[in-house]
Amino acid sequence: MNPATPAPRENQGAPLERVDARLKVTGEARYAADIAVANLAYGVLVTSTVARGAVSELSLEAARATPGVLDIVSYDDVRELRKPTFGMGSYTSLGPLHERRIFHDGQIMALVVAETYQAAEEAAASVTARYAQEPASAELDSPGTEELDAAGKVAMLKKDPASGDFEQAYQAAPVRIDAEYRTPTQTHNPIELFSTTAVWSDGQLTVYEPTQSVYGFRSEIAKQLNLDLAQVRVVSPYVGGSFGSKGPLTPRTAIVALAARRLGRPVRCVVSRAQGFTTQPYRAPTRHHIRLGATRDGTISAFSHEAWELTSRLDNYAVAGTKTTTRLYGYGAVASKVRIVRADRQTPAFMRSPPELPYVFPLETALDELAYALGMDPLDLRLKNDSQREPIEGKPFSSRHLKECYEEGAAAFRWRERNPRPASMREGDWLIGFGCATAVYPTNVAAAAARVRLAADGTVRVQSASHEIGTGIRTVAGQMAAERLGVPLAAVSVEMGDTNLPPAPTSGGSNSTASVCSAVLKACDQVRARLFQAASAAKSGPLAGRDVSRMTLRDGTVLAGDGASQPLQQVLGASGAGAIEEYAEFVPSGAPVDAMQKLYRGQTTMVRSEERPAVSFAFGAEFVEVRIHARTREIRVPRLLGAFAAGRIMNTRTARSQLMGGMIFGMSSALLESTELDPRSARIVNADLQDYLVPVNADTGTVEVIMLSETDTSVNPAGVKGLGELGDVGTNAALANAVFHATGKRLRNLPIRLEDLLGGDSAA
Amino acid sequence: MQPFEYRRAPTLDAALAEARAAATAYIAGGTNLVDYMTLGVLRPQTLVDINHLPQSYAQIDASETRLRLGALVRMSQAEEHPLIRERYPLIRDTLLLAASRQIRNMASLGGNLLQQTRCEYFRGRGFACNRREPGSGCAALEGVNRPHAVLGTSESCIATYPGDFAQALIALDATVEIAGGRGAPRRVPFASLHRLPGDTPHIQHSLAPGELITYIDVPAGPWTRRSRYVKVRDRESYEFALASAAVALQLEGEMVREARVALGGVATVPWRAREAEEVLRGAVLDESLAQRAAAAAFAAAAPRGHNAFKIPLGRETLVRALLEARSMSA
Repeated sequence: MNPATPAPRENQGAPLERVDARLKVTGEARYAADIAVANLAYGVLVTSTVARGAVSELSLEAARATPGVLDIVSYDDVRELRKPTFGMGSYTSLGPLHERRIFHDGQIMALVVAETYQAAEEAAASVTARYAQEPASAELDSPGTEELDAAGKVAMLKKDPASGDFEQAYQAAPVRIDAEYRTPTQTHNPIELFSTTAVWSDGQLTVYEPTQSVYGFRSEIAKQLNLDLAQVRVVSPYVGGSFGSKGPLTPRTAIVALAARRLGRPVRCVVSRAQGFTTQPYRAPTRHHIRLGATRDGTISAFSHEAWELTSRLDNYAVAGTKTTTRLYGYGAVASKVRIVRADRQTPAFMRSPPELPYVFPLETALDELAYALGMDPLDLRLKNDSQREPIEGKPFSSRHLKECYEEGAAAFRWRERNPRPASMREGDWLIGFGCATAVYPTNVAAAAARVRLAADGTVRVQSASHEIGTGIRTVAGQMAAERLGVPLAAVSVEMGDTNLPPAPTSGGSNSTASVCSAVLKACDQVRARLFQAASAAKSGPLAGRDVSRMTLRDGTVLAGDGASQPLQQVLGASGAGAIEEYAEFVPSGAPVDAMQKLYRGQTTMVRSEERPAVSFAFGAEFVEVRIHARTREIRVPRLLGAFAAGRIMNTRTARSQLMGGMIFGMSSALLESTELDPRSARIVNADLQDYLVPVNADTGTVEVIMLSETDTSVNPAGVKGLGELGDVGTNAALANAVFHATGKRLRNLPIRLEDLLGGDSAA
Repeated sequence: MQPFEYRRAPTLDAALAEARAAATAYIAGGTNLVDYMTLGVLRPQTLVDINHLPQSYAQIDASETRLRLGALVRMSQAEEHPLIRERYPLIRDTLLLAASRQIRNMASLGGNLLQQTRCEYFRGRGFACNRREPGSGCAALEGVNRPHAVLGTSESCIATYPGDFAQALIALDATVEIAGGRGAPRRVPFASLHRLPGDTPHIQHSLAPGELITYIDVPAGPWTRRSRYVKVRDRESYEFALASAAVALQLEGEMVREARVALGGVATVPWRAREAEEVLRGAVLDESLAQRAAAAAFAAAAPRGHNAFKIPLGRETLVRALLEARSMSA
């Protein structure tokens, strides 16, 4: 059996090939910056070389004199632009050209536009700046930063979750863990570079740009350029990875659109890899203080999670993952507190998986520490504290199969064959360690619209302005339509990524499959109803007069309750209709009544897990094997295994691919990725893929994905929990725990590097 | 990238003649040069393409006693050569563990030797760098210097020489043939090709302007078969060394008759560790001897903040290479 096409279990869809697989491997898929536009001019950004201060002089003469240069947009040129407002639509309130103040390294100072990319780049490189430079405080511990409580100040956290008297329970606990953990700044670095192409025609603006939210971008662009929504179209047919970085609009887009309007010519700006590090958002570094108390039998009686997240001077941003960590197990008393640290950096933003990846790491590492303190198998400790109710409000989980994930995962990994003693397993020169941790991600769902057309020739067209960011959403949306309308997937075409289509939510927070498929499902059911009505209402024919409520649709044929049947093309033919087209809006329960109107205005209103009567999360158990060279201490990862329960799986092939990619992403986050700041200048040093490392194929051994069967229709009509953000959660902790098992050395700061293991303990 | 002129040289003489003009650079594979040109770090006004020189410069001539490599031989071509695989495992390892296959298909051996450091501060973006802009200072000294050198450094520069192949050549006493001066080509020991940074880190090698490496000669020795390269890095492939060790041994029983040792990833230039060789020569090779040799190799190392781990790592890497070479069947 091909491991890429796992056999579907109950409530899992067929491992069909991606509808765009061939386009992608042959390079035929068109990304935003590939779209041919006549008479293009090219823009290149000029960015600051200081992290804080004021621009006292920007010398543009040499740039203007460079052959081919058409225009330069800089300070004093943006009066027509409104400054962005910080929120879900725009990641920052910084209008970089609205004032000559520098808030972060690599801030936009100008856009040079020329006949060719090369000329624009040459001219941009000739720009020199003089600054009134000020010392910058850019790290969590830097003097000169400002710390404040996050609750009530950041959108993601109204109140710090708590339950019972933590201090008392903690002091009373016979076994206690008290430790600090850190995660680094990380940069999304999708392979597709960031870009904007702005085209004006009769006062109408079309923007081609990779995005996770065409409607969100449209509304932000309209706001910043003082346009009506109807004047702006955003097109983003394929996206070459985003991981959160293409969710909110960044200030570049309006500047490029302004340049195109001034010039009366389309402008395309493709941002260099280095400038992508400083003009797009990033994952903030975090620090955590964890305290756990337990009885000697391993029952956790107290849990406290304090966290610090870095943000900019301008905007209060935090991901605040305590909402998940405080609900993950059946702890006794719980306390939590999130603080933000305002520093001379850009505003951070979502990065896969925004709250859970950095917040679950300290909890799941501390649990491993607790297991060793108790002399217990780390897996058993988790099962011991597994619970069907969350401890903050005492709500039930809509479904929770964490125990089953651990059991099936452990069996496949052969976890129980490990020698639990640290530094006890070895093969030749390589020390071996096993670690495990829990993966968890809340089930989010949002309002979405879709239009579905069934043509007389049996072909189907699905339209919804969702985004193919590599997840396979085109395929699963098509699959949903194929299944409901009884046609093969090959007969379905799916159109996405364009504000001319019905709106869909931001592709983030693992909501897309649930939200979009629910809308597609609803539209398909409307099409079916009309089709059945036509079959029954026909004057003659095999289905004339039959009961529509007992009709079904299978393999291109409408079937009546008594077994009579008629091919759907005949049904349509007899009715005289050219096609049946239906538009449907799906609004999840718990969503505000105006959720759909907000969506048309670019605002996704996510119904979040903890807002429901039963909280819902997808769960998983992850297992990691590390091998560490006894002498030189390179850390290699021959095996990653995850067992997941995430509700309905639409397509086991695309789901496996996402979960596998997630685990590799998690491994990368734990071992390799770190955006490094120069300590004196507070500027990013490794703004390239030479020293910002991500794994290559040779770093990726066996990655095994197990998808448990789980049915939970309470979450949404499609029964989908979402899994794009699930696979990378917990991998970092499982890996750190495996390193401890291999070496006896507990590492609490990411990324883990070989120098952390040099010298001492159990070397050769 | 600034505009530049491109000239294709059909013969060596034509190439040398073109290169007499100021601000000229030769281009073969271009894997390093083009990268730095797009960053604006290297700004030649003329590129002389030497890929169309006669075939003899792209040939491998191997016999019992010597190995002669044309400077235009591609890295992948050399790594696949059966005689190099059999008799010079060290050379093969250094090639195989470098870059990616795609890059090795393009990169020439001559260009590989003169590749630029990958110091992040050298890449520009407004950081001070004496190598890129003499006299501007060195931001790496007090900066993020985890990848930087601990051997051969100066107060002006601590940038690491990034190559692997060079470690094999310096260990095996290679010589290079250089054309472009007056008269016949000159031959220089490979060990004198690169220059320590000192207070002139922008001068990285002893080639005069317009000179071109044409051949690399590696003598065969009784130690070349028992030779080994160990490269340690964060990632399993496609990354420069944090520390590497090139070792060639001639053993008599367990006794070291002759040893050649070079170190990569830890020094500013290709680095021959003669102090280690002296410790090894005439002694029985065991763990303790290997440790003493490694200590000698790093006795003069000077750490700078983030790179202090390179001293213990470099030592362990050398010990590992020595013990692995000992257990080779040669």
